[in-house]
Amino acid sequence: MKAKEILTGKEGGNLFLLGNEAAVRGALESGVSVACTYPGTPSSEIGDVFYKIAQDAGVYFEFSSNEKVALEVSAAAASAGLRSFVFMKHVGLNVAADSFMSAVYIGVKGGMIVLSADDPSMYSSQNEQDNRIMARLAGIPLLEPSNPQEVKDLMKFGFELSEQFKIPVLMRTTTRISHMRGVVDLGPVVKGKKEGFFKKDPAQYVVMPAYVVKMRKKLMEKLEKIEEVANNFPLNKIIDRGGKALGIVTSGGAFNYVMDVVSENNLKVKILKLAFSHPFPEKLVLDFINSVDNILVVEEVEPVMEKEVLTIIGKYNITKKAYGKLDGTLPRIYEYNPDIVSEGMAKAVDEELIKREKFSTKLPLPLRPPVLCPGCPHRATFFALKKAIKKLKLKEEDIIYSSDIGCYALAIQAPYKMADYSISMGSSIGIGCGFAKATNQKVISFIGDSTFFHAGIPPLINAVHNKDNILIVILDNRITGMTGGQTNPGVPIDGMGNPAPEVSIEDIARGTGAGFVKTIDPIDLKKTEEIFKEALQFKGVAVVITKHPCAMITDAENRKKGISIKYTIKQEECTKCLICVKNFTCPAFFIKKDGSVSINPLLCDGCGVCVQVCPKKAIEVKK
Amino acid sequence: MKKVYKIQLIGVGGQGTIKASTIVGEAAMKKKLNVVMSEVHGMSQRGGTVVTELKIGDAYSPLVEEGAADLMIAFEPAEALRALNKINKESFVIVNSSPIIPFTVSLGISEYPDLSSVFKELRVKISNLLVIDAQKIAKEAGSIISENMVLLGAAVATPNFPIEKDLIIQSMKENLPPQSIETNLKAFEMGFKEVKM
Repeated sequence: MKAKEILTGKEGGNLFLLGNEAAVRGALESGVSVACTYPGTPSSEIGDVFYKIAQDAGVYFEFSSNEKVALEVSAAAASAGLRSFVFMKHVGLNVAADSFMSAVYIGVKGGMIVLSADDPSMYSSQNEQDNRIMARLAGIPLLEPSNPQEVKDLMKFGFELSEQFKIPVLMRTTTRISHMRGVVDLGPVVKGKKEGFFKKDPAQYVVMPAYVVKMRKKLMEKLEKIEEVANNFPLNKIIDRGGKALGIVTSGGAFNYVMDVVSENNLKVKILKLAFSHPFPEKLVLDFINSVDNILVVEEVEPVMEKEVLTIIGKYNITKKAYGKLDGTLPRIYEYNPDIVSEGMAKAVDEELIKREKFSTKLPLPLRPPVLCPGCPHRATFFALKKAIKKLKLKEEDIIYSSDIGCYALAIQAPYKMADYSISMGSSIGIGCGFAKATNQKVISFIGDSTFFHAGIPPLINAVHNKDNILIVILDNRITGMTGGQTNPGVPIDGMGNPAPEVSIEDIARGTGAGFVKTIDPIDLKKTEEIFKEALQFKGVAVVITKHPCAMITDAENRKKGISIKYTIKQEECTKCLICVKNFTCPAFFIKKDGSVSINPLLCDGCGVCVQVCPKKAIEVKK
Repeated sequence: MKKVYKIQLIGVGGQGTIKASTIVGEAAMKKKLNVVMSEVHGMSQRGGTVVTELKIGDAYSPLVEEGAADLMIAFEPAEALRALNKINKESFVIVNSSPIIPFTVSLGISEYPDLSSVFKELRVKISNLLVIDAQKIAKEAGSIISENMVLLGAAVATPNFPIEKDLIIQSMKENLPPQSIETNLKAFEMGFKEVKM
């Protein structure tokens, strides 16, 4: 399947889609006009697909500079009567939260869906927050799909619901739904409105206290009516397997595990699957509780529905047992799988469930942590900086490396060990400001180009204004790399694939009044080292921009041009000092069984930085 | 066919594990079978282990239960051991014999197991084991990149595989670049012929 088919796939046909791809198709079948995002795993493929098809679909799409801006663009479009779709990873909703909370008060005219891709078990994330709690904090209707087909169906329902009640709708997926493929039946693609019109009404669109007091009341009234819809929503369904001893309340990915365990063990239980789970459909759940002897709640990650169920049990003086996370039947943390759910269900049904023999091995298994790619310019930046630090005889314990969210955080690994503190997008500089004030240690902050545009500018202004002594290294690889290579404001192309103004990081840095601002191509190790030496000795805010395209870009360009340069080792000149392997750590290098060093031609990217690293000049272009 | 046929694929980033899985999934769809698949994206992909799981038939979750895989395709020998918890002695297991040694081994912070003990351990545990040098076969077919299609060919030739060869080939044609399809088909056929179970 090709990305274009997500747009061109005909009504009545079907496609094998990722949950993320199904979200795009759902938006297209709903007549979406505006889509925006800041990329973040596990939501990134939604934007990648829009980037490829937006022009043909007649949809406006942008990679906004951060999630808050994306949400604002989406909210404005919706208040002008257009259908809009904004999507992000779970922690992106924290960035957007300030506007998100108020956008729910204000409401919309055109339908608006906010998609939050949560990441249970934190495969690519800094925390495991459950944004179903965010739905309750904001007072926004919440949809929880269990598979790609449902993602698409709930997108369509969500837009309708949003327009009917003039309120944005939150869709919460998890990694296993975003990155699950399944068969999706296609409906017709609907062309969205080309242009909206904003009808002025400050009492609805301005959050002055006098107005929000009324909005707050109206929101609660809306939610009451919406709960009625949830009570009768056809995808909030009961699956009766012929028994009433146990009723299982479940949603999202957890539902799938429940179903597989129930089928495999032929369990006689009743299941209530909630796809529309906030406002919590009290009547539906109460009737369900009354129809069974005991209840088990299976959900990822927090005991959100479990507490809702317990509230109902308390409110109506019901004496039934509710199994779940709170009583230890199921684990509180991390994502579930069929085995975990089976173990929990065995306790609730009090019988032995199918358990298979599990093989294991005593042999050692090699570690494969994520690494900087061969040819990654960040490696050159770190190598040159390490050298400058050594030459200036600075001690590692006297330096604090404040890192950020992006590939460069991989410098946490040996031998670089250049990530001591990292908590959120843009935090490297703000945290750096704090360390600069609190300690006498040298502070070095690392931040990427996209992350700088996202949340790095306010803390840079803070550092300058508050006279911090800090070195800020902006690793500008001309792309949003970690998430797979999306455009950002620093490159001359926008989300529609059209030419766009390049926003200059150097001009921004100069504009703040930082005393030392220099840009260097890190592939030139010597010059980079010299600039770092100067910057490290500068008193005040020093900004060094190391600018070189991501290896993903150069690889693609070389492929297009048919260029293939590979490096090799002149074995007769190699003294096996292993600087290339142990200090530079390009993954293309390896030590053979006989102890000689070799470069894997399949991995070598041809960047040639290793030639500068080798003290014996024993690396050359492979003929 | 069994009610649900479960496939576990495991490899290293860049080996085409996800592509091979998608081809199987779309072929299952062509056969009007229900199919669900789970794949790994993002940070976990940068040179790391890549796991995809498929369930074909009457299943909701794409994750294969421990010890329940009907078929495992390991694109790398040590990775076969990493997914050992998903297979049982009746599973069909196809292992590529070409190792990919990560830099952590060169750095001395992790150890790569001795290959002969890897295969010995697998042989003791599994009755239906097929070890093939997919790298060598792919090279013979014309491109080392076609390793994944060699392994897929072998998988399709295993006795209980639920989808016909021609549907897989059709799916390959729809999922692989036209300029490399000839090489990939050759690699697939060569892999297919490796199975004499």
